[in-house]
Amino acid sequence: MDMITIPAVNLTPIMPEIFLSVMAMALLLINVFVPSSKKSYLSYISFFVIVATGFITAAGWGGHIESFSGSVVQDNFATFFKLIFLTAAGLATLISDKYMEREGCNHGELYPLILFTVVGMMLMASGTDLMTIFLGLEVMSVSLYVLAGFDRAKSKSNEAGLKYFLLGAFSTGFLLYGMALTYGATGSTRISVIASKVSMMTAPSANTMLLAGMLLMITGFAFKVAAAPFHMWTPDVYEGAPTPMTAFMSAGPKAAGFAAALRILLVSFPSMQADWSQLLWILAVLTMTVGNITALRQDNIKRMLAYSSIAHAGYVLVGFAAGNPTGTAGILFYMLSYTFMNIGAFAIIILVGKKGESNGNVQDFAGFGFKHPLLAVAMTIFLFSLAGMPPTAGFIGKFYLFSGAIEKGYIWLAIIGVLNSAASVYYYLRVMVFMYMKDATEEFDWMQVTAPVALSLIISVVGSLLPGMIPSVILQYAQQAVKLI
Amino acid sequence: MENLNSYLIVSAILFSIGTIGVLSRKNAIVIFMCIELMLNAVNLTFVALSRHLGNLDGQVFVFFVMTVAAAEAAVGLALMIAFYNNKESIDVEDVNLMKW
Repeated sequence: MDMITIPAVNLTPIMPEIFLSVMAMALLLINVFVPSSKKSYLSYISFFVIVATGFITAAGWGGHIESFSGSVVQDNFATFFKLIFLTAAGLATLISDKYMEREGCNHGELYPLILFTVVGMMLMASGTDLMTIFLGLEVMSVSLYVLAGFDRAKSKSNEAGLKYFLLGAFSTGFLLYGMALTYGATGSTRISVIASKVSMMTAPSANTMLLAGMLLMITGFAFKVAAAPFHMWTPDVYEGAPTPMTAFMSAGPKAAGFAAALRILLVSFPSMQADWSQLLWILAVLTMTVGNITALRQDNIKRMLAYSSIAHAGYVLVGFAAGNPTGTAGILFYMLSYTFMNIGAFAIIILVGKKGESNGNVQDFAGFGFKHPLLAVAMTIFLFSLAGMPPTAGFIGKFYLFSGAIEKGYIWLAIIGVLNSAASVYYYLRVMVFMYMKDATEEFDWMQVTAPVALSLIISVVGSLLPGMIPSVILQYAQQAVKLI
Repeated sequence: MENLNSYLIVSAILFSIGTIGVLSRKNAIVIFMCIELMLNAVNLTFVALSRHLGNLDGQVFVFFVMTVAAAEAAVGLALMIAFYNNKESIDVEDVNLMKW
């Protein structure tokens, strides 16, 4: 009888995931013993867990370790993305506590769920096997469905959760079918093996099964990153979900979707780049345009930022369509800065909002600039960065994304991107007009800037400005990160 | 296995039935059943291909898909119950609070 030989397992590459999972489970247990008035402690603990995981992750920078017979890898690409996810989760944890207390749903499970989401996203970034990526994606998605519907007493949150669940599971079907067909065409689920099989084919684009598999996978990922025409769920889910979770969802999982899609397409299908980059070209144009044009007429600020996040996915797709080192390094740079500026903007929205998610319209910002000058300046920085004005991080990020497209010869794509970016200035400036040029109708006296929120705002302001002032440092890391894939 | 194609065609048909069901049905639970049908169609594809290619990757994948589908069912049904508590219905046409 043959002996089953178990390959040596090196746990180093998934150390951050192990640590996070264990701590998340420990938090679930601790939660039982914490009285409901003291749930804030859980948010502090989980913030420290996230910071600690950040150190564990960052310690792996520069290494390249494969494990579990090549189904996960620790490389700079994964590390960079993992740090983005942790940033998003850390900031979201800081802003959740006060909001959840106000809305009366400060249940302790929130924080472990955020941690589990991060574990899923990390597996997506470091997975080098379709199976690992699929599992990571599902760990992330299942936790996110719950997070979207977390405020279970509220109809809007229920709807957000249900909608996200039905459409998310639907898109998973497409992604899986794509994986199955790719497996059928290449005989493996391992990305590196698929890559070598595809590179040996004389005309991979003529292989119907492979082509269909790739297209279905792109469809699945396009849904996860909310690219048009698969974006219909985004505004509703973002509007209905609890605001801190919206902030989290618009930054972390989007980055995770891009991480997995980048690895699959760039590593497995480089010889079919002509096919997928044309497709992404179209997706990018559609996504940017649909996102920006619909955002123009939104009054609800969460919904406006939801459409704006669709538009931002479009900008990232510009760099993705280019698929060259400049474009892909731009994606990493942009996702990091987007995390800061977007979560920062949502933090201000949480502060301005009242119980029951009221006060969430652009008009409610009237006179905010004079009542709370400091917070208004922070909001201005976030909005400028989202609009892509120099010297913010958003400007530099877009600059790299679009220059990647130009290097590749996609001049028109870059032009459409710049035009879109110009159109987006309108709806970001509209908020500022209300903040600074309208008289206050309210006193804003219900606002409480607690220490965690203040910390998250400071981090976000620094994160939205610093990469714009000294782009070379972060870009250097981003370039090292994309070198290996 | 000579008749790989027939397996692939059957699973493609099942997948399409599932997709059409998701798009046309109104009851959230029926929609969810259609999604399960899609996942199982994919499972059939995996198993057939795995047999055809002579390696086990596809079958291992199926186990993961089944596990994930079970987890999804747990979460999905919980979300539907929360929705039902507020709306007394699980008809997706009642998912109408937010519209652009």
